Amino acid sequence: MSAAGTKHRGSALWLAAMIHRLSGLALAIFLPIHFFVLGLSFHGGAKLDAFLRWSDQPLVKFAEGGLVFLLTIHLLGGLRVLVIENFDWHDGQKRLAMLAATVSAIVCFVFLVRVF
Amino acid sequence: MSVRLYLWQRATAALMVPFVLIHIAVIFYATRQQMTAADILSRTHGSAAWASFYGAFVAAVSIHASIGVRNILTEWSALADRAAGWCAILLGIVLALLGFHAVISLVLM
Amino acid sequence: MPEPAAQLSVSLWRGGADGRYETYSVPRRESQTVLDVVTYVQRHIDPTLSYRFACRVGMCGSCAMTVNGHPRWTCRTHVAKVADGGRLQIGPLDNLPIIKDLAADMAPFFEKWQQAKGVFAPSQTRAEPMARIRPDSAPRIAADAAIECINCGVCYAACDTVRWNSGYLGPAALNRAWTLVNDVRDSGNGARLAAIAASGGCHSCHSHQSCQEHCPLTLNPTASIAGLKRRSAAAYLKGELKA
Repeated sequence: MSAAGTKHRGSALWLAAMIHRLSGLALAIFLPIHFFVLGLSFHGGAKLDAFLRWSDQPLVKFAEGGLVFLLTIHLLGGLRVLVIENFDWHDGQKRLAMLAATVSAIVCFVFLVRVF
Repeated sequence: MSVRLYLWQRATAALMVPFVLIHIAVIFYATRQQMTAADILSRTHGSAAWASFYGAFVAAVSIHASIGVRNILTEWSALADRAAGWCAILLGIVLALLGFHAVISLVLM
Repeated sequence: MPEPAAQLSVSLWRGGADGRYETYSVPRRESQTVLDVVTYVQRHIDPTLSYRFACRVGMCGSCAMTVNGHPRWTCRTHVAKVADGGRLQIGPLDNLPIIKDLAADMAPFFEKWQQAKGVFAPSQTRAEPMARIRPDSAPRIAADAAIECINCGVCYAACDTVRWNSGYLGPAALNRAWTLVNDVRDSGNGARLAAIAASGGCHSCHSHQSCQEHCPLTLNPTASIAGLKRRSAAAYLKGELKA
């Protein structure tokens, strides 16, 4: 049993950093698969077509929506880091962090509407 | 993380900001048009523009993801720094190989 | 007979790293601080309790402990503000070895301060006229924004990167280095930039900002560290720094 305090996690900015890290990890795992699928077209479009038809299922489309969300939120989280490190400090970052999450959710939602 | 890795990480991040925005636009366009493989290939085949854009994207993401994963491994896993570095390099190579293979498939084949 | 006072249920860490929480019942008083509570236990219930304090008025930082999961100055923490339903859990500062009970070993914290070269290196002798520093000059404004640090260790205890990376110098050491990087009288910046740009230096910071959120003096080590990142990157690109 440890004396460690665990409550200081959960602030908006800590969560922003954690989501940024986890979304990056998820994307790093997803990307080789993504590249592999695209590489199926190496011998012509037939295999890629087969995959595209397989991916027409609702569950896959939902997962793709999730990936769009991850990509957007990782981008916005990264922008947070680039701004903190390279520009003058401004308060109000918590609101921006909330905004970033909202924008990502909206982008994901629009994607899902278009593919379903 | 050393200064050198830090700068590569941040530089590839900054480079990919416009790349990702363009890529999201491409995704939206392709899904809206419900493109088949033939549709996609007819657009990408022989295109120097696609090759340059996605080639650069693959290079940047291979570096960026590799350094990012290295950070996660050194902080969250029991691996020593050097082992974590090698795992990260491995990931970078896998991404680069698969990525360039994909770009070649779409542009040259 | 007057009503018996309401009681607080207080869990205090007892022992070393392999210790455990023990619970005490402490009378609740108006305007009580967490330090008052700890002091009550030591004076009236268990004299073997070990804890640190000095000024008890929020100036020295000695009384820093983990209160309900957050590192705080206990003399400046009103029980009314933090006790969830009459309960308190108090432990020593996180990320530091435990000496006994509520006293953490600050030695690693101070060692990292030295490692970051958070020490002024003079460039002149007493024979020379006093340096004239304008308080409204940009470097002095940057240094002044960070200079009030009294090295209480709260930011170090709050930092997850310190928890995950034992070599990380931490927010306080880097913040101190930043004040010196901006001190135009200092002559040690070559060695200092190399120290903060090394492995475990400023580039390990992920800008979680837990340090800034918890600092009792409202300092902003994240901003100082961002400044160090810029400074070391510029030095590296100019070939002044070996990575």
